[in-house]
Amino acid sequence: MSATHLIVAEYDSTHLKNATLSAVTAAQKIEGTVHGLVLGKNVKHIADAFAKHVSQVHYAEHDGLEHRVAQPYAKVIADVAKSIGATHIWAAATAAGKDMMPRVATRLDAAMASDISDVVDTKTYKRPMWAGGLTGTVALSTSIQVITVRPTEFVQAAANASGNVSNFAADPGPSTTRFVGFEEVKSERPELADASVVISGGRGLKGPEGFKQLIEPLADQLNAAIGASRAVCDAGWVPNDWQVGQTGKVVAPKLYIAIGISGAIQHVAGMKGSKVTVAINKDPEAPIFQVADYGLVGDAFTIVPELIERLKALA
Amino acid sequence: MKILVTVKRVPDYAAKLTIDPSGNKIKTEGVNMIANPFDEIAVEEALRLIEKHGGETCVLSIGTDDCTAQIRAAMAMGADRGILVKTTESLDCVSISKVIAKIFGEEKPDILLMGKQAIDDDSHQVGQMVAERLNLGQATQANKVVLEGEWATVIREADGGLETLSLKMPCVITTDLRLNEPRYASLPGIMKAKKKPLDERELSSLGLSLTPSVTLQKLEMPPNKQAGQILPDVQTLVSKLRDVEKVI
Repeated sequence: MSATHLIVAEYDSTHLKNATLSAVTAAQKIEGTVHGLVLGKNVKHIADAFAKHVSQVHYAEHDGLEHRVAQPYAKVIADVAKSIGATHIWAAATAAGKDMMPRVATRLDAAMASDISDVVDTKTYKRPMWAGGLTGTVALSTSIQVITVRPTEFVQAAANASGNVSNFAADPGPSTTRFVGFEEVKSERPELADASVVISGGRGLKGPEGFKQLIEPLADQLNAAIGASRAVCDAGWVPNDWQVGQTGKVVAPKLYIAIGISGAIQHVAGMKGSKVTVAINKDPEAPIFQVADYGLVGDAFTIVPELIERLKALA
Repeated sequence: MKILVTVKRVPDYAAKLTIDPSGNKIKTEGVNMIANPFDEIAVEEALRLIEKHGGETCVLSIGTDDCTAQIRAAMAMGADRGILVKTTESLDCVSISKVIAKIFGEEKPDILLMGKQAIDDDSHQVGQMVAERLNLGQATQANKVVLEGEWATVIREADGGLETLSLKMPCVITTDLRLNEPRYASLPGIMKAKKKPLDERELSSLGLSLTPSVTLQKLEMPPNKQAGQILPDVQTLVSKLRDVEKVI
């Protein structure tokens, strides 16, 4: 029996998120038809954009879906999944995907695989466990399955479809959750999860000034996103939103530069998908050197300014 | 006010992992076992909320007799009593959510507090599954919790910023790292914990039908990356990145 996939779209005010297109790619590894689902308010343009990637897009606009709250979203996603006979329901393993999809699974009596890194067959997936220290192969035995996808492990689906777009009347049901507000962390830099270059700093930077003095100018020079280790986020030197790791963001840029970071498993879990990794650390025994392609042993406060100068000379 | 907190027994995050010859579990002999760090944050948050608003904190763990160590540790921090649902089976997230929902139904807490994920399987599912099973509001990845009347207001770490939700209690809250710093147990706390009530229940006595729906078939070490090169100077690094890797 061929599969029917339903991909739950994530978007910002103007764009479908790239992470959703990675989920489409994961779903396409299993033969079947691919449907998209767009929920919110004023989202017709998102549905139209999504239709370039899938064969059918269902969208609904409702006051109760204005904010991405798990309780009402899960009900509507499950309703649509049932109405189209979906066998596989997918979303990106973003904070939002992780928040709502287990509820969808429960509503549908479905088993779930979180944050998968590969699709083995119609019911078997690979996923990182133990902070990425091990890869597990998990088999789901239910007829309906819910899967969240690690976006950095799948390329983004091409825009080579011209799917139908259809509107439906959603019923989010009663909710015991009230959305109060959202405080956006604004940044002029590329988004951490999407950036092609990431510069991350750790305790070796000695304080928030170290980030200003070394990391920011280097990031400016390379048009990079800035990341950080958990230790410096916990210490309040930088926003937690910058955290790269098991408990933070997973990144996979073409170039990752770790400065003053020891390389705890927690951090490495978030950056090991990077194509080329550079470590700068004064401790030659730091574990980061075992995972980095290139290492420089020395004081970041000497090395980084020289690196910036040499990059400027190239530019 | 009553808060139910779950604590999972997991291998120490600093432990070196080796795969059991069966291929689908890790070797736990000789591995230090700890309470899931996110759950410790949940215990701490429960204690702080109870200190402020009054009431009791009940700790729930599911697993073998060994889990009593993690329950007693939470009691040493200040939790009032514990429940151990005893089983030697390894349950999947769906089954765990059914067990927790069952205990929730008996205990009728105002809040269920849990870690956002366990550091062994990293599934990040159970709190949300319990919330849906009980039709409760949820806030995952909590960064701050404030109680007022029958509402719990939670600031949570969402993508791109901080989201604030108000949940009508009872509700489910899962904890992120920055919510608090768990306290150390005091020596008197450890002594007192030995005498606190711990209710041991057999899983089979709960009357649940638990069919496993997720099977861990295989565990693998990720492929070893080729050892990197230590470079002599910045100039060499720049030329490697420009001429060899072509990433700048």
